Amino acid sequence: MARITLSGLAHSYLPRPKVPQDYALKRIDHEWEDGAAYALLGPSGCGKTTLLNIISGLLRPSEGRILFGATDVTDMATAERNIAQVFQFPVVYDTMTVYENLAFPLRNRGLKGPAADARVREIARMIGMEDRLDQKARGLTADAKQKISLGRGMVREDVNAILFDEPLTVIDPHMKWELRTQLKALHRQFGHTMIYVTHDQTEALTFADKVVVMTEGEVVQIGTPAELFERPAHTFVGYFIGSPGMNLLPATVEGSRARLEGGEVALTRAYPALSGQVEIGVRPEFVRLGSEGLPVEIRRVEDVGRHKIVRAALAGRALDIVAPEGAAIPAEPRVRFEPGAVNVYADGWLVEGTPREREAA
Amino acid sequence: MSLTLEGVSKVVGGETHIHPVTLTLSRGTMNVLLGPTLSGKTSLMRLMAGLDQPATGRVLWEGRDVTGQRVQDRGVAMVYQQFINYPSMTVYENIASPLRIAGLPRAEVEARVAKAAALMKLTPMLGRKPLELSGGQQQRCALARALVKNAGLVLLDEPLANLDYKLREELRAEIPAIFEESGAIFVYATTEPHEALLLGGNTACLWEGRVTQFGPTAEVYRRPADAITARVFSDPPMNFLRIEKRGPRLGFGEGQGVEARGALAGLPDGRYLAGFRPNHLGIEPGGGHLMEFGARIAITEITGSESYVHLDHAGQRWVALVHGVRELPVGSEQAVYLDPAHVYVFGEDDRLVAAASYAQAA
Amino acid sequence: MSEKPVNHRAWFMVLPVVALVAFSAVLPLMTVVNYSVQDTFGNNQFFWAGTDWFEQILSDPRIHNAFLRQILFSGIVLIIQVPLGVYIALHMPKKGVWASVCLILMALPLLIPWNVVGTIWQIFGRVDIGLLGKTLASLGIDYNYTQNPIDAWVTIIVMDVWHWTSLVALLAYAGLRSIPDAYYQAAKIDQASRWAVFRYIELPKMKGVLLIAILLRFMDSFMIYTEPFVVTGGGPGNSTTLLSIDLVKMAIGQFDLGPAAAFSIVYFLIILLLSWVFYTVMTAEDAKEAKQ
Repeated sequence: MARITLSGLAHSYLPRPKVPQDYALKRIDHEWEDGAAYALLGPSGCGKTTLLNIISGLLRPSEGRILFGATDVTDMATAERNIAQVFQFPVVYDTMTVYENLAFPLRNRGLKGPAADARVREIARMIGMEDRLDQKARGLTADAKQKISLGRGMVREDVNAILFDEPLTVIDPHMKWELRTQLKALHRQFGHTMIYVTHDQTEALTFADKVVVMTEGEVVQIGTPAELFERPAHTFVGYFIGSPGMNLLPATVEGSRARLEGGEVALTRAYPALSGQVEIGVRPEFVRLGSEGLPVEIRRVEDVGRHKIVRAALAGRALDIVAPEGAAIPAEPRVRFEPGAVNVYADGWLVEGTPREREAA
Repeated sequence: MSLTLEGVSKVVGGETHIHPVTLTLSRGTMNVLLGPTLSGKTSLMRLMAGLDQPATGRVLWEGRDVTGQRVQDRGVAMVYQQFINYPSMTVYENIASPLRIAGLPRAEVEARVAKAAALMKLTPMLGRKPLELSGGQQQRCALARALVKNAGLVLLDEPLANLDYKLREELRAEIPAIFEESGAIFVYATTEPHEALLLGGNTACLWEGRVTQFGPTAEVYRRPADAITARVFSDPPMNFLRIEKRGPRLGFGEGQGVEARGALAGLPDGRYLAGFRPNHLGIEPGGGHLMEFGARIAITEITGSESYVHLDHAGQRWVALVHGVRELPVGSEQAVYLDPAHVYVFGEDDRLVAAASYAQAA
Repeated sequence: MSEKPVNHRAWFMVLPVVALVAFSAVLPLMTVVNYSVQDTFGNNQFFWAGTDWFEQILSDPRIHNAFLRQILFSGIVLIIQVPLGVYIALHMPKKGVWASVCLILMALPLLIPWNVVGTIWQIFGRVDIGLLGKTLASLGIDYNYTQNPIDAWVTIIVMDVWHWTSLVALLAYAGLRSIPDAYYQAAKIDQASRWAVFRYIELPKMKGVLLIAILLRFMDSFMIYTEPFVVTGGGPGNSTTLLSIDLVKMAIGQFDLGPAAAFSIVYFLIILLLSWVFYTVMTAEDAKEAKQ
């Protein structure tokens, strides 16, 4: 296990990149703590797979260095980096049994005997395959094969990091729950450094201690799930995390008041004079539907079981509201925003502002 | 316009892939086939399309028997999980292809392609080849080709499964609006309960080749006919607990119980299965008649605004979905709370005997 | 796998082919059957001979020897061509211009007509004017395929290897190309040796196409006629007289139509039987593994 340092790392698939658009991965300086679970989250083409391939050694970065602990591994081959990886589609050795599959990474490093055997059996138990150890891998279902892939990634105790490349893509929703919690339990038990690439926010947020949100080759925010949810550093994070994403409304902000087309909103922070395109962002979960506040027009209500998603419009602009299960929709609907849950953005980036005392009223 | 399956089944090599199913889909409806992989969603669609012949039963289109009719002679359009387009044709030619095959006049082809392209937001890409488009745009192109046919029956087989999460969200919101306009019968296969709820319409729940329930989506969700439907139509999975009825009392274990009222009062004594959804299991005591259970924390997952608390209770895995960020120490004892009004009761044969009372009210 | 829709009209499409095959294969075959059970002394007079010819053929040591030579030839050819073809496929470039160049070069021998292949090697190996024969002679190696049986065997085997290894290589290459990159990456990460990659990833994925390659090469080599006939004519002596050469000698050289017809049928049945055995053994192995 090791801390992973990305130092001035950037990558372009072009021989002589000039403008920022030429980079598949824009400059990133970051340290991944030893033993933590990270997720790389972003839409396809955002550079997350490029970054993963650089870490695993399948791709050499065109700029910068990458370090495992104190060792510079930038020019090291994949096999020398001592990592494990789980791929999008299950990679199993068809002709081997489940046991042989799990033991394969150990055998290749000359690890045999009772210690290796115990390790394989422990992993098999954790992935729930201990009663199928002697079965050939090829007849198994996709779920079972992916479990073996996970197990093979986990079997070596001394790896620097375990990388996951959208490992739950081919798995049914119910099985996803099982595998995800298993993975989390394995992380707790063995404390490997884990890096998990996905476009699925639920997977990223539930798996990781810290989520790295990427778009267009750039890291826009690194934070805990709660930070990403409550204070997205960029409107992209607000949009990409959360379902539905954050509501964005153009506004003019003066001190601690935001003026929208439909009315005025009080803010819990004070802001300096802002230039550029100013918007306020508020999550649908923090919009309260009732008989007070700004008037809205309701376009559609989606019942998703445990809550309702109300598609509304505030002065002609789309506004999504999450209402509790069984909540009534008022005849003359108005909305209020939860105090403290309104963020201010200038040209897409979060403006911090200064917290102020709540007004007496 | 309607499509009726009458006792339709499918047997391949002695193995029953679809058990006899009877259902009617009517004009202008969205019908979701919900079930895990290999539960028979695709097989059922192929029977509806006429790509496969049923082993038993009949397929009726507007009351007319079309069981033996070729798929080419039925008005069917299909969209698959893979983005299937003609790679050497432009987007325009792709969308126009079914119309050209039908021999429509040029002006009409142009008008219909333009309309479908506008609906699918493909107008600026009409001159490009499919492989130059993003995944979402490629699937839009396939959807446009299915729409433009004006087919009476449009089958969508997990059309969004290969797309990014956010793209999926966008297209999913657009699809119901598009189909409302076309008036066709839509059939949409998915593995995700969440997707079924968002699409609305009707849902048929599938499990091991059987349609366990068919009805309006919200009703299937709120009144699952049996424990299997409840399990399939719950994400995260529904929690279960064995309970016992003795006299007027429903015992939930640990010395707790409730008075058996309504439909429950008339039940014979015996063992039953209680099911309740994760969002109805709390970790904080609240007002009302809440039951308390001891459990051990297995793991917690945080989604930003909510936490999934996975618990072990008497050898069963439960999930509680609670508001806020909760990092609870793994392995510690945790009391969980349940309002009996949120409990579904299933009989020994897994059939629903009493729905949660909030569902009855809804 | 989903089955195709049932459509009986499809049979009409097949009818012309069935008629053609009947005309081109079944009718001549019936003629052969006809000959094999009758005797003729010319003048279009035929006499019933029953199973006489079959008994004669099956007990003829000359045919036994030809049969053993044939088995030996096919065996050697398979033992060389299959591993060599796989080896070449493993070392071909995976993409880029060189992959196309290699594919074209590999396909070339397959495009040459069989008798031309024979002629090429016949001249190539000649001691007086052939490049190979003359070079070997100048190196002091005593090589003469027209006089030395071993030399003759080496020549026809090398010729067949040259002609047909490409087929095995191309099929194996196609099998290799279908392996997703993730498998190789996983193997690197697991620190699998080159041998382990071959044994556990490449070989299992190539199995299907190799089965077809072995079947094709077996049937083809078992029926080989033109090339060795052009090069050695079955000689020196009878040393390279393979089954088909023997058959032609019997039918056309000696004009023993009855025994030759019986021979043809036995020959045909042997190929059918051996191919069937090959196929069942190999697919059974496959099915057994899948079940475990």
